Amino acid sequence: MSTPDLEARAVVKRFASHTAVNQLSFTVERGSFFSILGPSGCGKTTLLRMIAGFIAPDDGDILIGGRSMAGIAPNRRPVNMVFQQLALFPMMTVGENVAFGLARRGVARAERQRKSESMLERVGLSGAAHKKVDELSGGQRQRVAIARSLVLEPTLLLLDEPLGALDLKLREHMKIELKQLQAAFGTTFVYITHDQSEALVLSDHVGVMNKGRFEQLGTPQELYYSPATPFVAGFVGANNKIVGHAVRAHAGMVDLATDSGWQLSARAIGSVAANDPVEAFVRPEAASLARQPGELPPGQPAYRGEVESLLFDGANSAVLLRESATKLEFRIALPQTGRFADLRVGETIHFSFDPERAACFTIRGDASA
Amino acid sequence: MLGLLLAPALLWLLALIILPHVDLALLSFRERIAPREFQTSFAQYRTFFSESIYWQIFVRTAVMSAIATLLTLLLAFPVAWTIAKLARGRASSLLFVVCLIPFWVSETVRTLGWMILLRESGVLPGLLVKLGITAVPVEMLYHDATILVGLVYTSLLFMVVPLVGSLESLDNALIEAAYNLGGNGWSVLRKIVIPHAAPGITAGCIVVFMLTLGNYLTPNLLGGKSSQWFTEQIYNQFIVRFNWEQGAAFGFLLLVLSTSMVWVGLRLSGQRFGEVMRRS
Repeated sequence: MSTPDLEARAVVKRFASHTAVNQLSFTVERGSFFSILGPSGCGKTTLLRMIAGFIAPDDGDILIGGRSMAGIAPNRRPVNMVFQQLALFPMMTVGENVAFGLARRGVARAERQRKSESMLERVGLSGAAHKKVDELSGGQRQRVAIARSLVLEPTLLLLDEPLGALDLKLREHMKIELKQLQAAFGTTFVYITHDQSEALVLSDHVGVMNKGRFEQLGTPQELYYSPATPFVAGFVGANNKIVGHAVRAHAGMVDLATDSGWQLSARAIGSVAANDPVEAFVRPEAASLARQPGELPPGQPAYRGEVESLLFDGANSAVLLRESATKLEFRIALPQTGRFADLRVGETIHFSFDPERAACFTIRGDASA
Repeated sequence: MLGLLLAPALLWLLALIILPHVDLALLSFRERIAPREFQTSFAQYRTFFSESIYWQIFVRTAVMSAIATLLTLLLAFPVAWTIAKLARGRASSLLFVVCLIPFWVSETVRTLGWMILLRESGVLPGLLVKLGITAVPVEMLYHDATILVGLVYTSLLFMVVPLVGSLESLDNALIEAAYNLGGNGWSVLRKIVIPHAAPGITAGCIVVFMLTLGNYLTPNLLGGKSSQWFTEQIYNQFIVRFNWEQGAAFGFLLLVLSTSMVWVGLRLSGQRFGEVMRRS
């Protein structure tokens, strides 16, 4: 097995009042797209700045390409970074921006120009070298920022929420473009974001970060289908959260009841014992809708609810309903067939879900977030 | 309505700037041929170029002013950098006030302060004797270096203010990005910081150069008879020799020559005046 491009060993960073990064260890394989996903304030920016060398860890070590980065200044690391606001140099042309790093390495002018032009061509900006930075569109600037870093052939490219400033349409487009660029160059990307959709679409592996630690590290599919903690279940993708207590635990399954008396079953994650306070998560697309109870998938517990509102969003349309007896809110994705296009607010409808596809966790003192 | 609002400023401009200048201009193109008899001529301007002492003093004043401006820039830049980039919140405003406080005292008093420090029987020569560095007190006034010290001290604030403004607007991410791409302290300063701060630097230099060139008090008090400052020549023509025509011509020469020097400076540094004045 080759040495990983990035390895963190028990990295700690404390600020005056809190620990921003707490005993974090992970590795990123060569050529992979690794995302760090977390809410703002979870420590992901601190972690990225430690990798880039702008701040030093209080404890632990960061290795890039197998080499310890302790005491190595940011301008001597084989790491380049795409900043949140891109930080292109407005006093230079696009070509000078791309050639900046090469010039610092003492590459001759002609060679610099040749390399930066061929790099601009690779990111689809041939002929833009003489343009001013402010003549470019948001997406083009993004590509210049990436070209400026990749022309130095770094071991690692760090990206600090570079899509945050773009409008939705362009963001969707740039997501695809980033993934294609990463595949084309084969450079290891470390990407931080608070947007779970960006992390899921782009990454080979995602670390979900909360309060300075990784809650779970895995492929996007693992995070989505088998969340390891309630935080991951709630943060990655849409989820119905049902809080109650365990009535009975048996063979990996839990029967739980809410305080208002709704009884349901779910798969236990970790140890769940009877009478534990628990929370269960059900994906909107894991539940089925039916006008007649007989049309629901057989063998699943069936429930009834009133339609509270219809959330039309094209392919992501959903219905928000309230369970009839307890008035608890529940969200169900509408099937793409258009079968429920005529659904009305206030209508009573039957629904069910497979308990195997619902995840149930014991609520522990500090994991309520 | 707009005219009414601008009236005080326009009145000020007309009565105190334009009218006296028109009168001085007329005065400078006059030559006295007999008592109370005058004729239009360029004689006053010719004197400036034909009597080498006058244009030599002017060149000396300009060179000394340029040196003073450069020294002020070199001294003010680290100060401005500290205020704009290193100090945070209260500390930053406190440092600014510290720079400002000397200017609550009039220039005359500040310059007299320097004289108390530097004259032969003053504080500093006395201290040097006490420390055994010099055997007898040294006269520290009336040197070119003394004039420069006084001028730099007087001008510092006028350089710090535009520099702080232009450095504060520099995004820290640009500096970090430059380091991230392999830059070091020197190349970041040369490629990122100075190009960004150029309008502020230019504005500060223009203001300091003009103030220094037109300064009368500091060169005269600290330089004494050997100051050889051009404003002293203008003063002498008006007050000592009562030759208003010559004084007016010198005044205009100072205005035209200093303006053209600023213009050349702007051209050489690739800056535009409007841009400089707007950005700083």
